[in-house]
Amino acid sequence: MNRLSGLLLRLFPAALAIAVALGLAAIVAAVGGHAPGRAVGALVSGSLGSAENVADVLVRATPLVLTGAAVMLAFRSGIFNIGAEGQFLAGALAAGVVGTKTGPFPGQALVALLAGVLAGAAWASLPALLRIRRGVSEVITTILLNFIALYLVSFAVNGPLQEKSRTYPQSDALASTADLWRLAPSIDDRLHVGVPFALLVAIAAGALLSRTSLGLRLRAAGLNADAARLAGFPVVRDLALAFALSGAIAGLGGAVELCGVTHRLYEKLSPGYGYTAIAVALLGGLRVPGMVAGALFFAALGAGASSMERTVGVSAVLAVAVQGATLLAVAILGTPAVVRRLERAGLRRTAATGEAS
Amino acid sequence: MIVDFLAAGLALGTPILLAALGELLVERSGVLDIGLEGTMLVGAFAAAVAAQQAGTPLPGVLAAAAAGIAVALLFGTAAVLLGADQIIVGTAINLLALGGTGALYREVYGETGTSLVLPTLPRIELPVLSKLPVVGPVLFSQHALVYLALLLVPAMAFFLARTGLGLRVRALGDHPRAAESLGLPVRRDRMIVLAVAGALAGLAGAALSLASAGSFVEGVTAGRGFVALAVVVFGRWSPWGVLAGSLLFGVASALQFQFQATAIRLPYQLFLMLPYVLTLLALLLPRGLARAPLALGASYERD
Repeated sequence: MNRLSGLLLRLFPAALAIAVALGLAAIVAAVGGHAPGRAVGALVSGSLGSAENVADVLVRATPLVLTGAAVMLAFRSGIFNIGAEGQFLAGALAAGVVGTKTGPFPGQALVALLAGVLAGAAWASLPALLRIRRGVSEVITTILLNFIALYLVSFAVNGPLQEKSRTYPQSDALASTADLWRLAPSIDDRLHVGVPFALLVAIAAGALLSRTSLGLRLRAAGLNADAARLAGFPVVRDLALAFALSGAIAGLGGAVELCGVTHRLYEKLSPGYGYTAIAVALLGGLRVPGMVAGALFFAALGAGASSMERTVGVSAVLAVAVQGATLLAVAILGTPAVVRRLERAGLRRTAATGEAS
Repeated sequence: MIVDFLAAGLALGTPILLAALGELLVERSGVLDIGLEGTMLVGAFAAAVAAQQAGTPLPGVLAAAAAGIAVALLFGTAAVLLGADQIIVGTAINLLALGGTGALYREVYGETGTSLVLPTLPRIELPVLSKLPVVGPVLFSQHALVYLALLLVPAMAFFLARTGLGLRVRALGDHPRAAESLGLPVRRDRMIVLAVAGALAGLAGAALSLASAGSFVEGVTAGRGFVALAVVVFGRWSPWGVLAGSLLFGVASALQFQFQATAIRLPYQLFLMLPYVLTLLALLLPRGLARAPLALGASYERD
């Protein structure tokens, strides 16, 4: 009985998240004079209604899984990396350079992904340096670097990387050898090898944290840096490594998105994946299974919102508000005061049913 | 030309200055509100809707302040009263504000493309002063929120350093437990500080949509709330430092327009990037004795 109430308590945030999402969609639809029931229906069917829709959700979840893994690794190491967005863009930019300015040659996709990894790590290293040498909080520096990365991509696709015809602010299409393999062209052309690969990377990041001595040191430093230092851990070196690893995973996300989905570099490549990733990682309690579930939920929300916009006319940007509301609800539910109250209520209910049976 | 440039720099720095002064106060009380961007955005949206309905800018300014207070109190309820993580709540507020204003904007005003035309804040020419050479047009021929922001700088410096209430705010940020043991209600006082900062962030939004931009578009703040956060660190938690950082950002933004107007062909994206790069470079400089409030960002839980 106690286990059951524990499970219910664990599932409560997820149920609440879904309720918040559907409720907000209905409210905004009603404000705009649309039928709330139709909006909610479109939201659900657009994400789960068909095999193509499910494939769409999987492809949309992939950048969130990678940036979410980056945020998870950073947060559990005591680093508030708000910069997954910038590191994602840096990775996409580097992969774009490899994909459009070199090749075609066999294995180009791998080189492009590697370039993305390195660029993401490099982009995260400046905040690491500032925190270690100057004591400047990475919250501020990573945010600043997000904007710098955004304008750098914008500059690139209007300048040195712009397509040869110079029509649109975008790069040429990647060389064909830089595209990621399709998994099942017969079912859905969009499913690429990056989808399962992202899951593997997330699992590896989780295993690194919970099963290696480096992971133990990182988590220890995240919980209490002073204690870790007294224990003789190389806290500064580990901190730099954690920043770089987090940036590398986010950068990989950008490269995977470019080589697997967009095939061209352009300004709006990321609709804020790096920011959503914070919500995704936290929604999942900074653990891999929860984080992946969070990424799938937000991806489904995005796919459903697009379909809602097409069929009912409620703006898809609403999905962003729902992400915020969900994150807020989960943050409040996670506070000690609320958890204690919920547990007490759960125990009382358990006791009551125990008496009845 | 230099006069226009400096005047534009001051006007463009004003939203940053207003938001950063509020954030400065909040951070001195020990709370890190990275929901500042969202608070500004809601303020800008409220200002646009109210000013457009009324046909005059003043109701917009008041609505912006009220909306800013509401958002800040939402942040405070979760992060201060309930003790949820401040970074998480701030991120949630930003997402909520971006999605909420975006969706409501499209529901109320239809699809994007047509930008609303709003009544803008009038320039107020101060008698005598505005006739001074250079200084006159730069400093004394601006809209009311510029004057408010500039007056708030010495006022806040005096408040924090010389008044009992200012000491109280600083105590909240450096040692909340000691403050509580002296009988100060830590959470209530932090909520009051948040409300003041929320009003300022709302006004910063109004300064954007009713002056700088003269319209509201989705995501009109474009990261200025984040810049204001950086400016507080850059200014080392001092109102004068925050003034310097805001002016730096404003002038860098004005520079970008200047270069666009001239024949020099430089990629304008690099100029858009400039304020962020300068702020980052400033953070690279050796830091003096100034330090962050000791309890910054930590939830306060009574034993």
